[in-house]
Amino acid sequence: MLITYLFFFFATLAVASALAMVFNKHTVNSALFLVLNLLSLAGIYLLMEAQFLAVIQILVYAGAIMVLFLFVIMLLNLDSETTLFNSIAIKEILVVVLSAAILAQLMYAIYQWIGLDPTTPIALGELGTVEAVGDVLYTDYLLPFQVTAILLTAAVVGALVIAQRKIQGQK
Amino acid sequence: MISAEWYLALSAVLFTIGVIGVLVRKNAIVMFMCVEMMLNAVNLTLVTFSGWHNDINGLVIVFFSLCVAAAEAVIGLAIIIGIFRNNLSIDLSRINLLRW
Repeated sequence: MLITYLFFFFATLAVASALAMVFNKHTVNSALFLVLNLLSLAGIYLLMEAQFLAVIQILVYAGAIMVLFLFVIMLLNLDSETTLFNSIAIKEILVVVLSAAILAQLMYAIYQWIGLDPTTPIALGELGTVEAVGDVLYTDYLLPFQVTAILLTAAVVGALVIAQRKIQGQK
Repeated sequence: MISAEWYLALSAVLFTIGVIGVLVRKNAIVMFMCVEMMLNAVNLTLVTFSGWHNDINGLVIVFFSLCVAAAEAVIGLAIIIGIFRNNLSIDLSRINLLRW
């Protein structure tokens, strides 16, 4: 019963902060609402007993990535926007129609899907611990793990190259 | 007890809000944050099915997806800084060099 209440609390928090992120004029406020959204998703992971992912979500997403976003926002020193959207009205209508279509399609797919047993609890139990995930990660998924290391190195080098490039004619 | 459909529905709603944000906003950084949120919504779906089948492979895929998201955030923000340097604006509706 407690899980049900907590789920609806975190779900409401996630949806509300997502909406607040999209419809906010200040970029910094948007970033902070995204942090709230990521934290509530971490809470939902905890409800599913995926402890490892909840911790990683807070450390990597709400910690590292969002700090990077905030640094860039502060660095660019943006003014808050006077108009939030593009002024063309027909585009707005198209957005509403398209997103309603996507949501309807996803919901249709979910409610057409008949699970094995609706009373099965969504809980990972022992599988969600660091021990279990690490056990699989360093045996079955060893090669993808190493490739991830190369990917992250390449991303760091690429970011340095892109961000440091001088504008032409301004040596 | 919360069944799998609720988690999937939450994931679908978050994904749709992300789509709205990407389509509606013109600030490059906010659009980028909306993409991150869509990635998160899909991660939630993967964890839900992982819990449903009691199978650990979904969790490992989410772990890799997090790594890719981190790399993507680094590169994307570098590109945004590059755009800002060249245009002194990150309003994507004004960047129309390749538009016809």
